[in-house]
Amino acid sequence: MSQAVLKLKKVIVDFSGFKAINQLDFTVKPNCVHFVIGPNGAGKTTLLDVICAKTKATTGEIKLHSTKELSKLSEDQIVHQGISRKFQAPSIFQNLSVIDNLEIAMKQKKNLFSMMKAKWTKEQKKKINEMLELVGLKEVKGQLAGSLAHGQKQWLEIAMVLMQEPDIVLLDEPIAGMSKKERDKTGELITKIARDRAVLIVEHDMDFVKEYADIVSVMHEGQLLFEGSMEEVQNDPTVREVYLGRKVEENVVN
Amino acid sequence: MQNTIYQKIWSQRVILNLIFLLLLAAPLFLSDFRLNLLGKFLAFAILAIGLDLLWGYTGVLSLGHGIFFGLGAYCMAMYLKLEATGGGLPDFMAWSGMSELPLIWIPFQYPIVAIILGILLPAIIAFMLGYLTFRNRISGVYFTILSQALVLVVVTLFVGSQNLTGGSSGLTNFNTFFGFSVNSATTQTAFYIITVIVLGLVFFLSRKLVKGRFGKILVGIRDGENRMRFLGYSPSAYKTFIYTLSAAIAGLAGMLFVLQVGIISPTMIGIIPSIEMVLWVALGGRGTLIGPVIGAVLVNAAKTGFSESYPDIWTYFLGLLFVLVVVFLPKGITGLFEKWNDRRKKQDVSSSVEVEKSYS
Ligand SMILES: Nc1ncnc2c1ncn2[C@@H]1O[C@H](COP(=O)(O)OP(=O)(O)OP(=O)(O)O)[C@@H](O)[C@H]1O
Ligand SMILES: [Mg+2]
Repeated sequence: MSQAVLKLKKVIVDFSGFKAINQLDFTVKPNCVHFVIGPNGAGKTTLLDVICAKTKATTGEIKLHSTKELSKLSEDQIVHQGISRKFQAPSIFQNLSVIDNLEIAMKQKKNLFSMMKAKWTKEQKKKINEMLELVGLKEVKGQLAGSLAHGQKQWLEIAMVLMQEPDIVLLDEPIAGMSKKERDKTGELITKIARDRAVLIVEHDMDFVKEYADIVSVMHEGQLLFEGSMEEVQNDPTVREVYLGRKVEENVVN
Repeated sequence: MQNTIYQKIWSQRVILNLIFLLLLAAPLFLSDFRLNLLGKFLAFAILAIGLDLLWGYTGVLSLGHGIFFGLGAYCMAMYLKLEATGGGLPDFMAWSGMSELPLIWIPFQYPIVAIILGILLPAIIAFMLGYLTFRNRISGVYFTILSQALVLVVVTLFVGSQNLTGGSSGLTNFNTFFGFSVNSATTQTAFYIITVIVLGLVFFLSRKLVKGRFGKILVGIRDGENRMRFLGYSPSAYKTFIYTLSAAIAGLAGMLFVLQVGIISPTMIGIIPSIEMVLWVALGGRGTLIGPVIGAVLVNAAKTGFSESYPDIWTYFLGLLFVLVVVFLPKGITGLFEKWNDRRKKQDVSSSVEVEKSYS
């Protein structure tokens, strides 16, 4: 429980002079629903980017299971280390069917030569069917992904992330644009998948954070301002000052 | 629902097989002249399939496939030329004052070697260019410009090395292939049949490739290369492979072309032909395999018809055609069929709805 799955040490991301992430130390623990909150431009998305190699750290270390250094790996190599990312805007393959999307996302050897010989196995079919069931896309499995409703697209992308069977899941504002019912479903799913992996989520919706968070990290100007339970976060004076002043107090009052 | 899908696949397969048999039987009802023309178009169709794998499925636009076609054609032509001179020096070499066969021509005395090189050389060049560009994440229009630069370099090289390549007049005046006279009707019919069989094989194998999981990955790379990286794929490896494969197919097409047309020159492999090749694919319908085959045959049939009567107008017509297709038929001829099919289906649905209504 206490052993860190992922540890960032003194990470700096420098966009030609502007440090979106500034000397950040950050730890991700297993089996936790870990939220990252903070005002716009705090560097939350950049934190996910730097973990999944979308953006390279200018300096600093990113260690997986306290041994494997990630900062030199490419995007696809990171995926094979067990880290999967869902982007803010649903990025699914519109011209492929729901099932095809899951088929190419699923955990398997993904190099050119293995893929030329790739055949369906019983286990793969079973896993995809279970996933379709889990995210409730069974009825539309043959439809083109481009024809899905917005919420369904988000679900499909979450399913694609889970099909990779990652140890660490990175989600960027997964409930944006979802209805109340869809939010609840997503929250339940997140709780469920965090039983045997780490889930790191960037989120603005404080009700959602409060309901599902095990740990909350507050970022501000590229640094970690505070970390703790949602209750501790709400009661911390510095957090109130820089960020929660507006939002959470409103929520608390509500 | 399930049933109609099977029906659709089944009927598609039947149609494809019928077309294939019809093409095989063409020597029975076409004149030698027409057969020879059709054979040439089908050689182009082979190239179009490779180009469709690259552009239609993987989203990489090459405006330089004339070069790969040309390399295949020149490899075959060099062998034919040496056959024709009976071990002596080709005429143009003698004219430019050479007395000995240059080193790079020596392997082409052997037909098998020439055939292998006709596929391997384009593949190697495509592999090198593809590996360097795709690995460095050069893509989209930058890659397309590079592919045009390749055409310029190779064509300039071919025109400039008069004593090695025959310069701007190219290579022609062939006699025999494996000892058979290339000018006899029987040999030409045999070349035609070989072309149809190669077309069938290339089509069948390409279809197999794109229908499987591999094809879905190609479409993924076409529609979201970056997203594919975050699913654990390395798109550059796939793109390099498909580029290499399509170059090899182009080389194969070039060899079949030269056997049936009897000449290859730099103007037949330069920038304009390279652009025309892309047009065949666009007009037929990208990402369908069968579309580009239809496109290659139709455009070239039109070209032959036109240039028989109005040789000057063809280039303008081609330009106009391109604009029309891009604006009005972005999915090409096969897109037109799809639309027609959808409309028919919709009519079916609405009529069945009406039936339901009348019963309730
Ligand atoms: N590629 C880039 N080049 C330059 N600046 C960038 C780049 N990406 C992000 N930034 C800047 O870095 C800062 C942090 O951005 P980031 O997207 O991480 O914020 P965020 O916390 O996710 O904000 P939001 O809540 O609005 O999503 C912002 O000021 C942003 O403008
Ligand atoms: Mg963000």
